[in-house]
Amino acid sequence: MSAVAAFFYLFSAVAVASAFMVVVSRNPVYSVLFLILAFVNAAGLFLLMGAEFLAMILVVVYVGAVAVLFLFVVMMLDVDFAELRQGFINYLPVGAMVGIALLVELILVVGTWTLSPELIRAPAAGAATAPTISNTEAIGQVLYTRYIYFFQAAGLILLVAMIGAIVLTLRERTGVKRQDISAQVARTKATAMEVRKVASGAGLEG
Amino acid sequence: MDLLINLAIILGKSLLLLVALLVMIAYLLYADRKIWAAVQLRRGPNVVGPWGLLQSFADLLKFVLKEPVIPAGANKGLFLLAPLITCTLALSAWAVIPVSAGWAIADINVGILYIFAISSLGVYGIIIGGWASNSKYPFLGALRSAAQMVSYEVSIGFVIITVLLCVGSLNLTAIVAAQETRGLAHLIGLPWLTFLNWFWLPLFPMFVVFFISAMAETNRPPFDLPEAESELVAGYMVEYASTPYLLFMLGEYVAIVTMCALTTILFLGGWTAPIALPPFTWVPGVVWFVLKLCLVFFMFAMVKAFVPRYRYDQLMRLGWKVFLPLSLACVVVVAAVLQIMGWAP
Repeated sequence: MSAVAAFFYLFSAVAVASAFMVVVSRNPVYSVLFLILAFVNAAGLFLLMGAEFLAMILVVVYVGAVAVLFLFVVMMLDVDFAELRQGFINYLPVGAMVGIALLVELILVVGTWTLSPELIRAPAAGAATAPTISNTEAIGQVLYTRYIYFFQAAGLILLVAMIGAIVLTLRERTGVKRQDISAQVARTKATAMEVRKVASGAGLEG
Repeated sequence: MDLLINLAIILGKSLLLLVALLVMIAYLLYADRKIWAAVQLRRGPNVVGPWGLLQSFADLLKFVLKEPVIPAGANKGLFLLAPLITCTLALSAWAVIPVSAGWAIADINVGILYIFAISSLGVYGIIIGGWASNSKYPFLGALRSAAQMVSYEVSIGFVIITVLLCVGSLNLTAIVAAQETRGLAHLIGLPWLTFLNWFWLPLFPMFVVFFISAMAETNRPPFDLPEAESELVAGYMVEYASTPYLLFMLGEYVAIVTMCALTTILFLGGWTAPIALPPFTWVPGVVWFVLKLCLVFFMFAMVKAFVPRYRYDQLMRLGWKVFLPLSLACVVVVAAVLQIMGWAP
């Protein structure tokens, strides 16, 4: 067994095991931590395939940003384990349906792959990558040159989704004191202070 | 058999680098305290060894020999895992840093992305440590640091992109080479003035943004809100003692030195001599690299000594409302200039 194969089995075994632990962990914080482990191992698998750019981006985006936010939210949850287990029977049919749908899709994908490998390879061949260029360049050419309009459309949809989320959750609060840095910096002695002569025993404003 | 020999060579190189790095950090830590003391008209560490030179080693012994205290309510496994994560990740970033021409343990194609990925993982040590301590101050510190580090990563990412636009490669060696062979000095016809070639001059605003973001990313004062001893006691480190605490602090300092090294590579021409003429070119590249790294660290130390700590909302404002638009605009401007002038690599 070559070193590459050994690493492949190591990464995939840990990825599958940690994916399983994500589902069965009682504590949601552990679930997120196992999810992170699964991401890191997926990045390792990408590395083995020679897709180093994808591997690094997976770590930066999913582990470095998305999972941090997951962890952030999950840590602040006040989890009641008994309550969590109560809903199990109610959600079972929906969960089972989603699970079965996923399983069928996976079987279809793997089935086509084993029955006719050429069908899967065909679209990839369209975006042929010369072995001389690095894989960062190859991704750039496919994503930003060949499929630029789809990429832009995807970006636009994400932007709309983001604005939608902000519009849905925005509350206008009145009476909030905000710091206005430019106003603070623009303050001078003339605008901030007033010197008055005060008559003895009279005080200001009568 | 070849595999084993290769493995042994890599192991030897890594050990050499680690030992050099840790000794350097022991003295940078000493320098940090001395500079801080000098600014405040104190003497700083001056008891252990001549001029206090052995202070860091005495501190190391003190931390290692103390009793590790684990709070009863803490999550033991994660509590001990957190400092290990911080320290290991910080050290592993050095695998790709070229300290001289060809002197990198792994000269990988996506070197800069690797460092970026590793530094974005650094936040986990802090979050996990803060949560596993099962106490309020560490938790607040962890939440702050998560928000802070994620915010400043964004602008660091954009700054790195502007540099990459000028280089055309993600490889750290290529980034240094680009500052050696092309640039301002060649444009004005004085190619031996190498220091004008370096990216700090043409990308000066980005250099400043990167320097400040690097301080925020590594929780250096004035951005040390995760620790903030005046409000959170010691933030995420409150419950830590002895060796776990040492690992946290070591990880933090290694991350700082990594950021100094990254500043050197991205903006100060890495191991190239400032003037490409004989007395300067005789000095080996690694010496220039360490000198530049120390210069950047000196600036870090000076900022720590005389800038007061930011308030939390000011920190967030600076990250999201000032640096993010500025660096985003810079990416657009730099890309446009390179394209129009035909300088794109």
